[in-house]
Amino acid sequence: MNRAALILVLAATPALADPDAAALKRLVLQDCGSCHGLTLRGGLGPDIRARTLAHHDDKSLAAVILDGVPGTPMPPWRPLLSEEDARWIAEYLLNGDHE
Amino acid sequence: MTRIRRLFGGAAPVAQRATSPEYLEKDETGPALLLGKNTHFRHLLNAVTVVLCTAMATGAQAQATGDLGLVVERASGSLLVVDQSERARLGRIDGLGDLSHASLVYSPDQRFAYVFGRDGGLTKVDILERRIVARVMQAGNSIGGAISDDGRYVAVSNYEPGGVRVFDAETLEMMADIPTGSKTIGLVDIPGTRFVFSLWDKGETWIADLSGETLQITRISGMGSNPYDALVTGDGRTYIAGLFGEDHLTALDLWQDDPTPRPILPGYARGREGLPVYKMPHLEGWALAGHEFALPAMGQHEVLWVDARSLEESGRTAVHGQPVFAMARPDGRHVWVNFAHPNNDTIQVIDTLTKQVIRTFKPGPGVLHMEFTARGHEVWLSVRDAGKIMVYDTQSFEKLREIAAENPSGIFFTARAHKTGL
Repeated sequence: MNRAALILVLAATPALADPDAAALKRLVLQDCGSCHGLTLRGGLGPDIRARTLAHHDDKSLAAVILDGVPGTPMPPWRPLLSEEDARWIAEYLLNGDHE
Repeated sequence: MTRIRRLFGGAAPVAQRATSPEYLEKDETGPALLLGKNTHFRHLLNAVTVVLCTAMATGAQAQATGDLGLVVERASGSLLVVDQSERARLGRIDGLGDLSHASLVYSPDQRFAYVFGRDGGLTKVDILERRIVARVMQAGNSIGGAISDDGRYVAVSNYEPGGVRVFDAETLEMMADIPTGSKTIGLVDIPGTRFVFSLWDKGETWIADLSGETLQITRISGMGSNPYDALVTGDGRTYIAGLFGEDHLTALDLWQDDPTPRPILPGYARGREGLPVYKMPHLEGWALAGHEFALPAMGQHEVLWVDARSLEESGRTAVHGQPVFAMARPDGRHVWVNFAHPNNDTIQVIDTLTKQVIRTFKPGPGVLHMEFTARGHEVWLSVRDAGKIMVYDTQSFEKLREIAAENPSGIFFTARAHKTGL
């Protein structure tokens, strides 16, 4: 099974296992990236590099990921991601590992 | 373009040989005819011509560009040069920066492409020589662009700073700066050396007229909340903006002196739960199938049909997911649809007459884009996560070829050079 298929499986079955780092990194780049840019410097959605997310902690950022931002195009990812996945992505963004 | 430029590389080498060059005498029509003629002068001219042609052919294959294309490799910032007839890749052009959500347009001679990168880069590439010929960082964050009907101007729509900037197509020198105070989307060309675009934050559509000595701007308000993309028909008449913030789309008749916004498909999702939108749909002129538009619904698993003349709803087709592209085959007989994450492994084909899905198949993970050959006999799909372009026969739906590519997204054939709005 390739990574992309794994994303779909992860997405379809809110995690029973630990977050799959490779699949989630790919999700951040490719799917978050479709609005926030591959470099996460923003697009239709805002810049989401660590320096611009400094007002968040991993819990508050995970909540934004899971529930979206009403009145904006930021959708709730809860139908596709588990709370563990969202927390993993929040930490990944806040650590700036991708930059 | 001056004659000097034509002679020294401004036009494709193949054109130099295929057509009678204006800068030679009638009986001196090129190297082939000069061979075997035995005067000193002609030998000299022949040698010079051969040297010139050799110089020009270096790196540039003696090849016409009419069936070539470019594929965006979004993660690696590169373009693949592809040959639609051979179903093959010919080469790669590197160094184009951040190409997430990149698009491009072609010069009228189909030799050059103008590539709009997410990072604000505007790059002019030479398809034959497979190299970058000019590049400017013109903004911080861009979303797309267009080329004027006369091929003189290239316009880019920007998120940051919000607005449109217009460049000389030859040199990429900036010719006009049109700040809008808003993220700017849905930029298209229309006849009369004009560009049309919409303002995400202000719900306006502007028309920029570059035909005269000075730039003229017409502002149309009341388009609706948060236009996210727009299309124009091939005749440059009907401009349709999709709206993120409203339960309808808005159309303009650009043939009118004073175009007035007209809501279409009002309340198409009324009373139904709006699903999370993981990817914004895209609108282009290929929405027109026969005498109807096929439009992606926002937040619904539906393609919506609108009569192109009356702009009244003419049907709905339930589909596999939220459509991203709903593209009519060039003859309009079928509409091919791909979908947003997490349904982006699937393609559906809709029959325009019955509005029924006649085919569902899964080319692979991450089907981002489709491009038809100019007459629609084949379609190329970019399957991002499989790292492949897949070529299908549009009559039999048989897969004809797979071509390796790195995270491919947009596919652009040079036939777009001659289509308004593309």
